[in-house]
Amino acid sequence: MNFQTTIGLEVHVELKTNSKIFSPSPVEFGDEPNANTNVIDWGYPGVLPTTNKGVVESGIKAALALHAEIEKHNHFDRKNYFYPDNPKAYQITQADKPIAHDGWIEIEVDGKKKKIGIAEMHIEEDAGKNTHNPNGYSFVDLNRQGTPLIEIVSKPDIASPDEAYAYLEALRQRIQFTGVSDVKMEEGSMRVDVNISIRPYGSDKYGTKTELKNLNSFNYVRKGLAYEEKRQQQVLLSGGTIQQETRRFDETTGQTILMRVKEGSDDYRYFPEPDLPALSISDDWIQDIQESMPEMPGKRRERYVSELGLKDYDAMVLTQTKEMSDFFDATVKNGADAKMAANYLMGDVNAYLNDQQVDLQDTQLTPEHLAAMIKMISDGTISTKIAKKVFKAITKGEEPVAWVKSKGLVQLSDPAQLQPIIKKIVDDNQQSVDDFKNGKDRAVGYLVGQVMKQTRGQANPKVVNELLMKELNNR
Amino acid sequence: MNYFDTDLTTLHDKLVNKELTAEQLTRETLAKIKADNEAINAYITIDEEGALKAAKAIDEKGIDADNLWAGIPVAVKDNIVTKGLRTTAASKMLENFNPIYDATVIEKLRANDVIVIGKTNLDEFAMGGSTENSYFKTTHNPWNVNKVPGGSSGGSAATVSAGGVLAALGTDTGGSIRQPASFTGVVGVKPTYGRVSRWGIIAFGSSLDQVGPFTRSVKDNAALLNLIAGHDEHDMTSSDKAVPDFTAGLDGSVKGMRVALPKEYLGEGVDENVKKAVLDAANTFKELGATVDEVSLPHSKYGIAAYYIISSSEASSNLQRFDGIRYGFRAQDVKNLEDVYVRSRSEGFGDEVKRRIMLGTYSLSAGYYDAYFRKAAEVRTLMINDFKKVFEDHDFIIGPTAPTPAFGIGEESSDPKKMYMNDVLTVPVNMAGLPGMSLPAGFSNGLPVGLQIIAKPFDEQTLYKAGYAFEQATDFHKQTPEIGGDK
Amino acid sequence: MANEEKIDKAQVEHVASLAKLQFEDADLGKFTTQLGDIMELFNTLSEVDTSNVAPTFSVTDQFNTMREDVAVNSHQKEALLKNAPDTEEGFIRVPAIIDESEGAN
Repeated sequence: MNFQTTIGLEVHVELKTNSKIFSPSPVEFGDEPNANTNVIDWGYPGVLPTTNKGVVESGIKAALALHAEIEKHNHFDRKNYFYPDNPKAYQITQADKPIAHDGWIEIEVDGKKKKIGIAEMHIEEDAGKNTHNPNGYSFVDLNRQGTPLIEIVSKPDIASPDEAYAYLEALRQRIQFTGVSDVKMEEGSMRVDVNISIRPYGSDKYGTKTELKNLNSFNYVRKGLAYEEKRQQQVLLSGGTIQQETRRFDETTGQTILMRVKEGSDDYRYFPEPDLPALSISDDWIQDIQESMPEMPGKRRERYVSELGLKDYDAMVLTQTKEMSDFFDATVKNGADAKMAANYLMGDVNAYLNDQQVDLQDTQLTPEHLAAMIKMISDGTISTKIAKKVFKAITKGEEPVAWVKSKGLVQLSDPAQLQPIIKKIVDDNQQSVDDFKNGKDRAVGYLVGQVMKQTRGQANPKVVNELLMKELNNR
Repeated sequence: MNYFDTDLTTLHDKLVNKELTAEQLTRETLAKIKADNEAINAYITIDEEGALKAAKAIDEKGIDADNLWAGIPVAVKDNIVTKGLRTTAASKMLENFNPIYDATVIEKLRANDVIVIGKTNLDEFAMGGSTENSYFKTTHNPWNVNKVPGGSSGGSAATVSAGGVLAALGTDTGGSIRQPASFTGVVGVKPTYGRVSRWGIIAFGSSLDQVGPFTRSVKDNAALLNLIAGHDEHDMTSSDKAVPDFTAGLDGSVKGMRVALPKEYLGEGVDENVKKAVLDAANTFKELGATVDEVSLPHSKYGIAAYYIISSSEASSNLQRFDGIRYGFRAQDVKNLEDVYVRSRSEGFGDEVKRRIMLGTYSLSAGYYDAYFRKAAEVRTLMINDFKKVFEDHDFIIGPTAPTPAFGIGEESSDPKKMYMNDVLTVPVNMAGLPGMSLPAGFSNGLPVGLQIIAKPFDEQTLYKAGYAFEQATDFHKQTPEIGGDK
Repeated sequence: MANEEKIDKAQVEHVASLAKLQFEDADLGKFTTQLGDIMELFNTLSEVDTSNVAPTFSVTDQFNTMREDVAVNSHQKEALLKNAPDTEEGFIRVPAIIDESEGAN
C-alpha cells in the first residue's frame, strides 16, 4: 500500500521588543532569575495587562511577510491552565480572532516550487521557565514570562519531511528579514511543534496525528518526521492503528519515543480577555507598516540578478540572512563593484565568520570599509595580494585607505617611477634578454620577479608587464 | 465624636481654620471605630499606626485650603490593595498578604492627603450580598445588629452608617456598593464601567467590577468620585473621557427631567414597604417638576442568570492565580505539585468562592461554552438594548435597590440560589456598565430602604443631580442608627 | 443539548479537577445539589431567542488602547520573592514538576 503524508507545523517566534507584551518589564535574557519581573509578570492580585504597541506592529510586519490577511478587528483571549511557569494560570493569547490568517510562503524542494498555506498567525505571551532538579524540587524563573510571541500555524499542505525543512528555512528567512525576531532555534527565539499523519493514497480522511517534541534544530525536525513517517507506515502495514500521542525525538538514536497518549483534548476554557479592549487595525496603519518594511529576500534576489548582474546562486547565498544582504547592499551603495563585493562576502568574509564563529553584526567589519578596500583594488591602488592584508586589518576595525597609506602598501603604478627600475634590471640581465629573443617566455617571468623583489612587492604587476614588454621589444 | 452631624465642607473648614488637626480627627475617628468594632465588626484591619503617621505628616505640611479631602480619614474595602498594609479580600488565601503596590484609587487618595484609616470587611473576594462570607468575621448592620449590612462591601457601608468615617470606598460587581448602601441607609455609587481605574482591585468579574464611594450625603459622594475618577494608563478599560466636576450642578432641581420607572422593578418578590418607598419617591420627583413614566426592561428577569454566568466565569479565571506558588496561602505538608494546587485552593477558599469557581469553570468548559457563557453574553446585549431604548427619551431610571430591607444574619446563607435572587435589581446596571446610585428613601420596620437611580453611561452628573434633589426634598438621610439589636 | 441535563457528581468532580479543587464526600453531595439548582436557573436563558444577537464581552468605551514599547524595570524582585511561600537563590521553589512540557503552547 502507498501512503501520503500530511505534516502540520506550529512555530513560535519570540519578538525582539524592548518591553514585554503586557507589562513594561524589559525583555532581556541571561539575567539573574526574576530580575526582569514586576507585579504584572507575577500575576499579582489586582494587576492588569497593558498591550505593547510594538508587539502589534511586529505582528503586522510578520503577517505581511507571510502574505497573510490582517484581521482588522481582533482581540485577545484567555487560555486557562495551571502550571508553575504560568503565573495567572491563564495565558493571554488569541483564539477565535487572531491578528492574521490565510497566508502563504513559497518553498523549493528538488527544484520544484510549492506554496505552503498558513492557516493563522496570532500574538501571545510566553511563559516563564521551570528548571527541574533531581532533589525533588523545581525552580521557577519568570524573566521570560510575558515575552512577546507570534505563533504561525501551517495549513495541511506539507507532504514530506523535506518540505517541512524547506518550509522552516523559508519561514525563518522571511521573518528574519522583517527584523522582528532573531529567529534562532538554538537560542529558543524560534520553537517548532510538529504533527504528522499518514493515510492511504486517495483517501480523503486524514489519519491519526502524532505530535513530536524536543526538536532543537531544523535537521532534527526533518529526521524526526522521517522516522515517524516510516514508523507509522510500519504500524499500519502490520495491521496496527496509530494512537493520538506525543512523542519525543531522541537526538542520539534518531528515534522517536512515546511520551504520553492523548485522551481527548485539553479543556482550556478560552474566552475573550475582559481586561483588554479589542484591537482595531486601520488600513492607514497597515499601509505605514508596509512602507517601512524591509525588502523581502525574493525581491532582493531578483534585483541582484537583474540590476547588479549577479549569478542566481550568488544572489541566493547573499539573501540567506538579512544582515548579509543589508551588508552587501550597503557595500555596493558605498561604491564597491557589485560582483567583487559579492565575492568578498561569500569568500573572505564568510570564511572569517566561520573561523571566528561569530555573526556578521558582531564583528568590526563595516560596509564602508569593505567598499573602500574594493575600490582600492579596482583603481589599482592595491593588489589583490595586498588586499589580503588589508582585509585582516578591516576585520580589526581599521580604516583601509589610511591603513594602506600608513603601512606604505600603496601599489607602484606610475610608469615614470617604474621605468628606470625596469631599465636597470634589463640592463643587468643580458642573459634573460637573449633568452627572450630566442623565444623563451620564461625569461619574462624571471624579470618581473626581479622588479617585484626590487619594489618589495608594491609594483603593479600589470603595469610592470606592459613596460617590460615594451623595453624588451625595444632591445 | 462621630460623623453624623457633619459633612466634608464643615470638616474641611475646621481643618483649614486649625480648629481641628488631622491628627486629632484621626485619633477621634480611631476611637470611634474601635469602640464600634465589637458591635459592628466593620474592619478587618485598622491601621492606627499608618493613619496617625500620615495625619501628622499632613499637619506638618499644612492643610491645603483648596483640597477638600486633605486630612480626612477614609475607610477602604479590603479587596483594594494598599502598599505595605495587609490586604486580604476577606480570604484565608490572602490572610497574610502584604501588597507591594498601591491601587490607583489609593494612590489618588494618598496624593490628595486622604488618610487611609483601615480596611473593611467584605464577602470573600467580594462574592456575596451579606458580608457573611468573610473568612474573618461577620459584619453587623448598625440599624439592627442582628441583621446583615448587605454585601459584599458590608464593612464600608456599615462604618459609614455607624458614623465611624465620613466616607469609604467599596467595589460593585453586581450591586456590592448599592445593596449594602440600601441596607445601612447611606449613599453608595457605582460609577460607569471605565470611570474609575481597576488597577489594584482584586479582580472578581473583570467586565463588571467598579470602585465607588460610600458617604452619608450625595454631595460628599460626588466629591469623593471627583477624587478617584479618571483615565489610568494601568487600566486599558478605563475611559479617556474628561471627568466633569460631579459636585457642580447640584441645585436641587429636576424640573423638566424625564424619569423612567420600570414595571419589572416593582414585580414579584419586592417587599410592600420597599414598593411604597419607591412610589413615594416617584411622587417626590413629580412634585419637584419631573415627569415619571412607567417603562419596560423586558430582559430584566434574565439578568440574574446571565450575570451569574458571566461573573462566575470571569471569576473562575481571575482566581486561578491563587495557586499557592507565588504569594498567599500554601497548604502544609504537600507531597507534589498537584497537592500544592488542589490543597492550597481547597483549604484557602471558602464555600461561596468555590461555588462561583465551579459555576464559572462549568460555564466555560468544552461543550457548555455556547449554551452558557456565550448565551449569557448575548442576553447581555439584549439587556443593554433595553436600557438604550428607555434612555432614548428618559434622563434617569428609578427603582428599588434591593427587593427587601436587610435580612437577618444566618437567614439566607444556607440557600445560595435565594441569595443570588436578591441581586435582581442591581445586576442589570453592571451588565450594561451604567452608573447607579442607592440613597436613603424610607424605612421598613425600622430598617432603611434604598432608592436606586440609574443614568446613561458616563452621566454620573445626572445621578448626583437627581439624588441631591431627592435628598434635599426628604429627610431620610438625617436619620441615624442607634446601635443595638432589639429584634 | 446541555440545558436539559442535571449536573451529577461525576461532572462536579470533573469540573473540580479543572479548577484544581477537591471536595470531601459530604460536601460533594451538597455542592452537586446546589450547583444543580443554580444551573436550573441558568437554563432559563434558553427561553431567550438570541439567534441574531451579537454577544457583549466588554462594556468598555475604549478600543485600540496601547502602550508605547518602552521598557521599565521596576526592581521589585526582592519584594516579590519575600511574598513567595518558598524560594531558593532567586527562584520560586515548588515540588518537582514531572511533566516535561513547558513554555507557551
